[in-house]
Amino acid sequence: MNSPPRAPAQRPDWQYRVYEQRGTWAAVAMFALIFTLYIAKHPSGLTVPVLTTAANKGVLLAVVAMAQTLPVLTSGIDLSVGMVFVLANCLASHLVVGTPMQAALGVVVVLAVGALCGFINGAIIVWGRLQPIITTLATGTIYFGIALGLRPVPGGDVHAGLADALTGALPGGVPAMVLVLLAVIVCIWLPYRRSELGRAALAVGSAEGAAYMSGVDIGRTKLLTYTLAGLLAAIGGLLLTFVTYSGEASSAIGGVYTLNSIAAVVIGGTSLAGGAGSAIGSVFGALVLRTIGDLLFVFDMEPLWQPLFQGLILLTAVSLGAVQLLKVSNRLELFR
Amino acid sequence: MRVDTTAPILQLVDVSKRYGGVRALEGAHFACAPGRIHALLGENGAGKSTLIKIMAGVVRPDAGRIVLQGQERRFAHPQDAVSAGIACIFQELSLMPELSVADNICITNPPRRFGLIDRKAQRRIAEAALARAGAQDIHPLAPVGSLSLSRRQMVEIAKALARSPKILILDEATSALAAADVERVQALLRKLRGEGMAIVYISHRMKEIAALADDCSVFRNGRHVATFAAGSQSDAQTVEMMIGRDIAHAFPPKAPAAPLAGTAPALEVRGLSWNDRLHGIDLTLNAGEIVGLGGLDGQGQREFFLALFGVLRGLKGELRLSGRPAQARSPRQAKGPAIGIALVPEDRKTDGLMLPMSARDNLSFAALERLSRAGVVSRARESQAVGEMVRKLSIKVPALDEPVGQLSGGNQQKVVIAKWLMNAPRIVLLNDPTRGIDVGTKQEIYVLLRQLAQEGAAVLLYSTDYAELIGCCDRVAVMYDGRIVRWLAGAELTEHALVSSALNLGDGRVQAPNRELQ
Repeated sequence: MNSPPRAPAQRPDWQYRVYEQRGTWAAVAMFALIFTLYIAKHPSGLTVPVLTTAANKGVLLAVVAMAQTLPVLTSGIDLSVGMVFVLANCLASHLVVGTPMQAALGVVVVLAVGALCGFINGAIIVWGRLQPIITTLATGTIYFGIALGLRPVPGGDVHAGLADALTGALPGGVPAMVLVLLAVIVCIWLPYRRSELGRAALAVGSAEGAAYMSGVDIGRTKLLTYTLAGLLAAIGGLLLTFVTYSGEASSAIGGVYTLNSIAAVVIGGTSLAGGAGSAIGSVFGALVLRTIGDLLFVFDMEPLWQPLFQGLILLTAVSLGAVQLLKVSNRLELFR
Repeated sequence: MRVDTTAPILQLVDVSKRYGGVRALEGAHFACAPGRIHALLGENGAGKSTLIKIMAGVVRPDAGRIVLQGQERRFAHPQDAVSAGIACIFQELSLMPELSVADNICITNPPRRFGLIDRKAQRRIAEAALARAGAQDIHPLAPVGSLSLSRRQMVEIAKALARSPKILILDEATSALAAADVERVQALLRKLRGEGMAIVYISHRMKEIAALADDCSVFRNGRHVATFAAGSQSDAQTVEMMIGRDIAHAFPPKAPAAPLAGTAPALEVRGLSWNDRLHGIDLTLNAGEIVGLGGLDGQGQREFFLALFGVLRGLKGELRLSGRPAQARSPRQAKGPAIGIALVPEDRKTDGLMLPMSARDNLSFAALERLSRAGVVSRARESQAVGEMVRKLSIKVPALDEPVGQLSGGNQQKVVIAKWLMNAPRIVLLNDPTRGIDVGTKQEIYVLLRQLAQEGAAVLLYSTDYAELIGCCDRVAVMYDGRIVRWLAGAELTEHALVSSALNLGDGRVQAPNRELQ
């Protein structure tokens, strides 16, 4: 899995596709294993309530992890995703109320604000030429400040009909949140991946200089990528509101989601150096992270062990990606 | 001496470009016509690269005009040049290793269906482009990073072709290619010429130029020297134009200490090979002599130094130091007392110095172990050693505690050299130490190198400046394609000989490539 194909001409197409998506497949396999273990040990087994609860928890992080994937693919990072998530939550607890029309308008405003936050990140990074890591750390704090102003104490409300529909289960027993996640993937990630924009983003992450020399518009690519990341983070915040029926400006939630989103991206097989990876891998990375916590619960282990296991899994995932560095024969390249 | 029969499609008129104080191009003229292959010739630093970067929209000229099909154009970005129909093939520069071959080929203008990239169409385009370039063996879905250098270069060519350019620029595009591919590319270029494409061709392989080019333009020191029909000038005349007359440097007298009978040479290299970059290098370096490494840039000189300095893994061949087999496994081991090699790297800003740190810290950095006791740096010994070096090399520092990045280029280079001399190395490797520094400092460095040799060190100097190799070195090994193709010494060590062996021009003596002069 870690050695690149040697004789390119003789290989059939599917091998290249599997190789390209190897990180995603690894995350899918890891999730299948852990989730099977979880269901097998769960006292009530595979029932609709168990699935729905798992989906409601998992999808939130999955969407934020998708948001994080986009900047990471361009070899950037977005430390503000968790704060945009919290801001969208607080805003939604004010706006997504009232008549269905009002609620729908509220949803649009929440998503637009998220996209604006992302656009501001991108604008500072592209035109201000600042490092993504410090830019988004600073803007994230600002976004959290606005969230705190909107919701000084936890509270608020959300359109109950919409919330119940999205957090419940469909007639067939499929959690509605899973459908929401699929919709996000189909409507945002797949078009992005298949568009010139997504291609350019991978090119920028792979070799920015070469992308520039090939005539790729680097500024536009980064700007749109960060904007889309803001939009995805806001979708996550909106979903959080539907799960909790309220808004809460908690810096702890924002911080944990940001850091877990990075962990999910890495478990999902996306290189932090950029250029290769997939948001679908990140989705499964997020689900893996979420299930690990529950797994310890069904095995009757102290919750105290959760960070330790999470750390070990993360370390394993990262090590798999670093194996090919052992083959570098010019040691100077290791430091470039 | 204009030989273009048709009207030029692209003209550069009176173009100048400076980088800081360095003049890269000065009032240069260039024109290429459809249906012709135009070769660009010149030494290292003659301005060829800057010229094509201007045509490709990568560099904006300070002065002058770009005229495309009779209209004056300004290229702000490479995209502008691409959309104007100019495709440039750099040496492996514009490929994204993580992306597939097809993704790379269609990076700027992928085929679309309903606004999304049509992967099937893209694959067809990639396959067609690869087939046109004669590289059907490359799988369009293979990640570029998994291909060999020679295959990547073919992808780069296919990528340029997929844009159906009007003007195709190849910058040393064949230097990384296997011989069979070179022939295929040449046949392809002839075909494209027949289809009316204007082709600008840069190569240091004179044979390829003779086989392909219709017109030749020679550049020297950023100026256009001459344009003539290919074949109207002999190789010797062309080389003469490339060399021209240069400002004479003053070099210290050569006085190679005769190797003492019975003493083993400081360094003996036998059959050194690494990956596909170094091939069977034999070299003997005696204490007290300065040996030069010549050749065009990128012929393996850098890798050879890195190999000696313990940076490369998977070396084949034998290394002996003062008669004992010894091979450094890291720069840390290389600089240690058992081996005693110092390397002055080519890029002082990234590999030589820690720019934000003080001149003092930089100077003592490589020798800290000598200057400390039980892991604690003795400030007194450090100051004494640093002061000694500053005096010996007359480094002009306003204050030793200021960041070394604030010094002039020449003084920065002196700091890099001094930093290694603090270790009293037995073997000193220098990778183009005088590039981009002023004449005064250059001469101080020449004197210093000779002094080091007389004090018993063995010096190996790579320089892109031929005058320097002639003036400084006792003998010179010329490298080409990872091999030493010729040794020059004494009366044979002339600029003409250096240039023609750097271009690997067929000449009787090259037939015995590894015969080393002692």
